[in-house]
Amino acid sequence: MKQEGIIEAQKGDGRTTYQRKFEKVNEIIARLGRSRSALVPILQEVQEEYRYLPEEILTYVATALGLSPASVYGVATFYAQFSLEPKGKYVIKVCDGTACHVRGSNPVLEAIKKRVNLQGNKKTTDNLRYTVETVSCLGACGLAPVIMINDKVYGQMTPEAINIIIDELEKEDAADE
Amino acid sequence: MEQKNTVLIDGLEVELNGEKNILELTRKIGIDIPTFCYHSELSLYGACRMCVVEVEGRGIMASCSTPPVPGMKILTNSPRVQRVRRTVLELLLANHDRECTTCDRNGSCKLQDLSNRFGVKKIRFGERDVKLPLDESSYSLVRDPNKCILCGDCVRMCAEVQGIGVLDFAGRGSETVVVPAFKKGLAEVECVNCGQCAAVCPTAAIVVKDETDRAWAALNDPTKTVVVQVAPAVRVALGEEFGLPPGEIVTGKVVAALKRLGFDKVFDTSIAADLTVIEETHEFIKRLQKGERLPQFTSCCPGWVKFAEHNAADFLKNLSSCRSPQQMFGSLVKKYWAKDLGKKPEEIFVVSIMPCTAKKFEAALPHMTTDGAPDVDLVLTTQELARMIREAGLVFDQLDVESFDTPFGFTTGAGVIFGATGGVAEAVLRAAHEFVTGRPVEQINFEAVRGFDGRKEATVEIDGQEIKVAVVHGLANAKKLLEEIREGKADYQIIEVMACPGGCVGGAGQPISTGWETKKQRAKGLYNADKLSQIRKAQDNPMVAKFYERWLKEPNSAAAHEALHTTYSNRERISGEEIKLIAGDQPKVEIAVCVGTCCYLNGSYDTLQKLMALTADEQVQDRINLHATFCLEQCEQGPVIKVDDEIINGVTPETVEAFFKDKILKKLNAAGE
Repeated sequence: MKQEGIIEAQKGDGRTTYQRKFEKVNEIIARLGRSRSALVPILQEVQEEYRYLPEEILTYVATALGLSPASVYGVATFYAQFSLEPKGKYVIKVCDGTACHVRGSNPVLEAIKKRVNLQGNKKTTDNLRYTVETVSCLGACGLAPVIMINDKVYGQMTPEAINIIIDELEKEDAADE
Repeated sequence: MEQKNTVLIDGLEVELNGEKNILELTRKIGIDIPTFCYHSELSLYGACRMCVVEVEGRGIMASCSTPPVPGMKILTNSPRVQRVRRTVLELLLANHDRECTTCDRNGSCKLQDLSNRFGVKKIRFGERDVKLPLDESSYSLVRDPNKCILCGDCVRMCAEVQGIGVLDFAGRGSETVVVPAFKKGLAEVECVNCGQCAAVCPTAAIVVKDETDRAWAALNDPTKTVVVQVAPAVRVALGEEFGLPPGEIVTGKVVAALKRLGFDKVFDTSIAADLTVIEETHEFIKRLQKGERLPQFTSCCPGWVKFAEHNAADFLKNLSSCRSPQQMFGSLVKKYWAKDLGKKPEEIFVVSIMPCTAKKFEAALPHMTTDGAPDVDLVLTTQELARMIREAGLVFDQLDVESFDTPFGFTTGAGVIFGATGGVAEAVLRAAHEFVTGRPVEQINFEAVRGFDGRKEATVEIDGQEIKVAVVHGLANAKKLLEEIREGKADYQIIEVMACPGGCVGGAGQPISTGWETKKQRAKGLYNADKLSQIRKAQDNPMVAKFYERWLKEPNSAAAHEALHTTYSNRERISGEEIKLIAGDQPKVEIAVCVGTCCYLNGSYDTLQKLMALTADEQVQDRINLHATFCLEQCEQGPVIKVDDEIINGVTPETVEAFFKDKILKKLNAAGE
């Protein structure tokens, strides 16, 4: 099953991560209401919870809102913010807007992919630690080339700087575990 | 000065009469503005841009979504309009697989037709380089996304007219596609195979699955006796494929054509429809007398049956257990008539000619068999029969009429009107009165259930008792009616449901045509055939009486049940999805709690939550697997829980604790010892 990769240890209250997430989904639906217009906010919050939108949860949301699963799938695939594939713990967005592109966003992207060992069109590493994607503009052209890791923006990137940043992430990650 | 309530169209002054858009207005004055995504029965979409006109002072506008305003000056064929229209077509063609010669819709494709009509000679844009895979999972339909022009007609047809919404747009920009949920195959989702998406598709992005090759193979197999049955609605539509007007009854020519194609026997499905009437009416009277399982729903339409299996599990017990006429026919041929011929069921190859795509699915159902052989081996649509006739080079118009063979060739008017919405109800009403009172009805025509209103109602008095009848067609109308019954707002004793608008005459297997007029003409043809019949009531069919005498004993007998009835089961909306909740290290018990529509509404989520709390209290999470699943197919008795292979119904939040102790703890204790 797809979720296998994000199993976390059972926590003290005796509930599994699956249970907690599923209860959260129900809490989200109850709070935002079972109406068609609540679909996008519901999906946003669900994605927060799971880090992506699992098929079975989308079907569940469709059932709860009285929509057809095809419509919910349509909405989920329309917006770039939604992902139907599990995303890594660290989502690295590499800006490839005009300014970043001319200032060398491509070598930066290649450096990241090489460092986290991603080949071809693959976006997420097998250990679900990193997801690397390109975006059109992060709105910080003055700092080009720019990348964003989760909520944090890094400006004036170079392939060398990437190594330092990812070293730090690895350290942080090791401390977490 | 008061302004006149008129507009100028191509210099012609035209009065406004509340038309909602310019397109409607131009069609009234005999200008045929081309469209892809405009259908009067569907909502406005305004996506295809084919219907552009030039409005003075406002420029190029989509006429389908622009209301006319007094004083407007509209040009429908100015050089600018011509140029824009051609470009729109070019752009649509750039994203369209243009292998016309091998296309199913070659000759009936709207895109091909309009490109020709507007003189598109050259496409300035390249072709799409990536070929998307075909969806051939369904028994009835084939989806070819490479031919889709994203007009959304199928999306709106399925959602608005059928109330299902199997298809929708997914992705965005150049990646946009029309697909079922999660890009699954049509067979893996809640598609009922009605094929209305294919009927409304302007290109060949969705087509009826062509199985004529299998028919030729059977006809050329000397070891098979090939018999064919023809459904009522085929005889008023096949002529359209050969230039005859819709509604013209061509029964004799259809029979002649089938014989010339090499079928050993040509029979009429109407006789099985007569059987359906007799069986279904007796079933209804029994229910009425006992006051149970009412309203009784008809079950001749496989699209409706599958819809009910997906969405109305709570009403499945109300469906008549009668098989559809197609399946009754196949069953009698394989179970009884084969014996008369001294043949085994597999030595007879039964072909149906149907107006319907869902019949292909129905014929393939695993329980519709005799000694392992399918009761109906192959279903061809009206379209496919036309293709075979053309392939064989038969000049349809010049065929001499022939008549159906015995014993399945003798028909009544009641069996023929099955092909139009209201026909089944009318045939049943003609029979019910007589079965209850022993006297035939005086007024044989039940006009109230005829016609094309979305819902028709009638009240009939039988032996002092009032019987309320409802007839719906188009599954969205059925869905609405089901809601009203659930809420106690509607009360009927018998309800006819047909999935396709207009009933079988509007089936997706019929010659391609949109619009009501054709369907109305076809229905009129059927009622005329009824009028001309010597015998107009199913119960008066002498051949049917013989079937009972020789094979079936009496209506609803054990033999009749075996051969003519069936059972239904719930179906999940989407195949194979489960939400994992507890994954134990050493699971001894598998538990699945249904959170599908019915169970969810019955409070299965609360049950589930309590169950999770109980497993935590008893600290047994390591030893169980717990899933939330989407359908355990017992919907009428939800919330439903499956423990290993056992299904337990009606586990409410109040009873879940007892259930947990009895079904799960005991098992765990046993496993622990």
